[in-house]
Amino acid sequence: MGIPEKIISGNIRAVARLIRDIDDNIPEAREVLKELYPYTGKAYVVGITGAPGVGKSTLVDQMVYHLRKAKKTVGVLAVDPTSPFSGGAILGDRIRMQRHSMDEGVFIRSMATRGYFGGLTQSTRSAIDVMDAMGKDYIIVETVGVGQDEIDIVRSAHTTIITLVPGMGDDIQALKAGILEVGDIFVINKADREGVDRTVSDIRLMIEMDEKRYKNGWKPPILTAQAVFDEGIKEILDEIKKHRKYLTSSPERKSMFQHEKARNDLVEMIKDRIVSDVLANIIDSGEFEEALQLIVEKKIDPYTACDNIVLKKLKSG
Amino acid sequence: MNQKRKIRVLVAKPGLDGHDRGSRIIARAYRDAGFEVVYSGLHQTPEEVVQAAIQEDVDMIGLSSLAGAHMYLFPRVLELLKENGADDIVVCGGGIFPGEDIPKLKEAGIKEIFVPGTPLGEVVKWVEENVKPRT
Amino acid sequence: MSKIYSDNMLAEVRKGEEKWSKELDNILDQHPERLSRFSSVSDHPVNRIYTPDDVKDLDYEKDLGFPAQYPFTRGVQPSMYRGRLWTMRMFAGLGSARDTNKRFHLLVNEGQTGLSTAFDMPTLMGYDSDSPRARGECGKCGVAIDSLKDMEILFDGLPIDRITTSMTINPPAPIIWAMYIAMAEKRGINRSIIGGTIQNDMLKEFIAQKTFMCPPRPSMRLITDTVEFATKEIPRWNPISISGYHIREAGSTAVQELAFTLSDGITYVEAAMERGLDVDSFAPRLSFFFNSHLDFFEEIAKYRAARRMWARIMKERFKAKDPRSMWLRFHTQTAGCSLTAQQPYNNVVRTAIEALAAVLGGTQSLHTNSLDEVLAIPTEEAATIALRTQQIIAEESGVANTIDPLGGSFYIERLTRDMEEEAFEYIRKIDDMGGMVAAIERNYPQLEIADAAYKYQKQIDSKEKTVVGVNKYVTEEDLPVEVLQIEAELEENQIKWTNKVKDTRDNKKLKEALEKLGEATQRDDNLMYLIIDAVKEYATEQEICDVFREAFGIYRDPGVY
Repeated sequence: MGIPEKIISGNIRAVARLIRDIDDNIPEAREVLKELYPYTGKAYVVGITGAPGVGKSTLVDQMVYHLRKAKKTVGVLAVDPTSPFSGGAILGDRIRMQRHSMDEGVFIRSMATRGYFGGLTQSTRSAIDVMDAMGKDYIIVETVGVGQDEIDIVRSAHTTIITLVPGMGDDIQALKAGILEVGDIFVINKADREGVDRTVSDIRLMIEMDEKRYKNGWKPPILTAQAVFDEGIKEILDEIKKHRKYLTSSPERKSMFQHEKARNDLVEMIKDRIVSDVLANIIDSGEFEEALQLIVEKKIDPYTACDNIVLKKLKSG
Repeated sequence: MNQKRKIRVLVAKPGLDGHDRGSRIIARAYRDAGFEVVYSGLHQTPEEVVQAAIQEDVDMIGLSSLAGAHMYLFPRVLELLKENGADDIVVCGGGIFPGEDIPKLKEAGIKEIFVPGTPLGEVVKWVEENVKPRT
Repeated sequence: MSKIYSDNMLAEVRKGEEKWSKELDNILDQHPERLSRFSSVSDHPVNRIYTPDDVKDLDYEKDLGFPAQYPFTRGVQPSMYRGRLWTMRMFAGLGSARDTNKRFHLLVNEGQTGLSTAFDMPTLMGYDSDSPRARGECGKCGVAIDSLKDMEILFDGLPIDRITTSMTINPPAPIIWAMYIAMAEKRGINRSIIGGTIQNDMLKEFIAQKTFMCPPRPSMRLITDTVEFATKEIPRWNPISISGYHIREAGSTAVQELAFTLSDGITYVEAAMERGLDVDSFAPRLSFFFNSHLDFFEEIAKYRAARRMWARIMKERFKAKDPRSMWLRFHTQTAGCSLTAQQPYNNVVRTAIEALAAVLGGTQSLHTNSLDEVLAIPTEEAATIALRTQQIIAEESGVANTIDPLGGSFYIERLTRDMEEEAFEYIRKIDDMGGMVAAIERNYPQLEIADAAYKYQKQIDSKEKTVVGVNKYVTEEDLPVEVLQIEAELEENQIKWTNKVKDTRDNKKLKEALEKLGEATQRDDNLMYLIIDAVKEYATEQEICDVFREAFGIYRDPGVY
């Protein structure tokens, strides 16, 4: 059996290894992905993001529990930051989901951000494709909502959930410009804590002020939950279902979503490819270091250095 | 751009004992050495450890045991890896082991045993020399 | 006010110190000190010298007083070790109930008046020997107790109306205690006369040792049930041993051990008072359990600070009136984490230093670790050396001849004060978070300890801190030491035995007892009474734990590192 067949038949080891190859940027993985593509597009992708410590993994764990009770298979992709100092990472989200590790209907994978030029978005999207091709009904992607990359990852999901905890007033102001705009559902976790009403009304106000976002029919609901006690999880899943119905009920909206997703995916892929090809090439050849030295010595300006490299590479490519 | 493969390690604590000072310190040391460390938490069965290792496609499993159950738990992990066709994953152990158990564990397939007092640098160096990311 | 040093004297001391410093500076240019920075094991900075100026505010009456007088800094008993030595309590438990019973008989015949029981991991975690989660662990680190039958065997023929029993058990503590009570009553001994201790300190489990079952809040309810039950029914029992030992073993600093332990104590007192108990009705039965690590003076100061702090907390915060409520009585165990597998005989020396610190700090009882503890369960020979270490300190060294011999040392008094201040700062922080339960839910103490543990390990790796035989004076070959092994058939036999117990009991009555208990979990009833009813029907430990897991939920490792 070839690798694509193994993936499609749900071979866990093959899936795990392919995701590793994708993460490590092994060229052969790309060929497998091409063959898998016709088998993708069936899974429903949910993105969850929020600051560290808001309880995302516990929330995911409970969602998996309920989806499994409803006989749905689930893939989980948990993304944790790479240490900028060592390049290593501790990937600990899995701990909170370990009770599902013996369940064949659940596949959990941890990934580190690795922090290289834009590759994260691409590798997580490919990992989602792999889990999609292996036949998972739902794929949940969890990221720490700090960088643009992480936001892009969840943005590509069908439904994006933003998780907060009470008492984040100032943080909401700060987040407003970026991450809150991509939320389809807002969850205030640890809702037993003080300040929950205030947080709910802050977000409500923010959504009301952003009228154009829900003109076409979806106004993001704000839910409260206590994931550790399994409270509020069913409601979250109900809202996901509603959002799914919203996305698919009208043919125009469905095609618009697909169109937008395809465009985003392709743009990301091209960007990623150019970055990886050009940059890798000039780093390997030493041109990058050379140009860097010249800029530092003020022998050339960065604009010219950039033009020289990019134009040369694109012509030759 | 081309990435060098990173070493991926599962730090796991099979069994019921909760002494996780060592496993948490070693997880940090691996991270600081540039490895990607999947940490699977306490109170895991060997079956759960092996499933996590396979799903995470790690190059090595570091098992910790301080409560005397290693002679069952460690060989059981090796056995399950074999059953799942994943015995290419290197397994090493750390914790408290009576001296005479160490050769027995190595014979069963545990690549190395680290006892209390082993400097972190030594453990990291051993991994760098003995665990190669899959090619 | 009874300040020890007059202003004139302090002025003289300062002048003298300045002069000394100047002269020293000249010498240091040519002969620098060994280290650029001196600090304790906990990385607390240590000065070159301490003088009256470092303790200038010390008030004898307010801060020290006399033994058995508030704030009890110098000891809780009036004559301390001149009256009676500390209890040399050695922990035992191995394999089956029958084996441990034999060992207990031996100890009692040798004159020991207190027994201390270690349980195996499945028992500690609330699983029966036949649970799949218990595979490979039965009888490994202590005795396996599945049902009342095992408890009957464990104490068979032992005079439990005269001896006290300490049981190191946490999540299933109410059940194991209920089995002990039921066992006594079956032998015709009234529950009101039995005495002993259950560890029963779940907060430190969440913080450090990680033997857990249900989440923190329901765990607090079970503990408060036992405190209330002890107060009303078994007045000679210590229902909680508030433990810093495991916090230190997990890698905390001495101040963290002190602060988190007392903060746990505060939480238990608050819970019992919320239950409606008068503080003086239960507080005298709370006892503590500390670690003794290698930094000699830091440890002594820690015990002295602990006594003073607890007295102040009980009197000022909880308005206790009975002096016994203000007493911090504690058991000490030497630091397992300070032992090395390399050159294991050095561990005898480490343990001796640690034991001496515990004695100079005024401990009420002491366990000394065996040299091979870092390898396996101790052999009898190793355990004997450990006990002899205590006897030499007690009867040869002369340190027990006078009370608090280091009281008044400029360094010890300054360190005692510093540790008290730093620990109170932590306690304030935890109070601000809403108390220890809330702090645990935020993983605060867990992360503080993880940081300290990693920092310490890095200091050893960089040789900033020395561990003999590990990062200095390393020898190529370690002496093999003999270790005790538990035979393999034990697990199989225990499973067969427990299955037999399950087959021969009245399963209808058992079911009723468990159902009643399950219903009561949803009300405010004190569960101890129904647990005793269930164990009398030979409910296994796990069967009762499963009722709690179902009712209260399962706590899983929150995974902070």
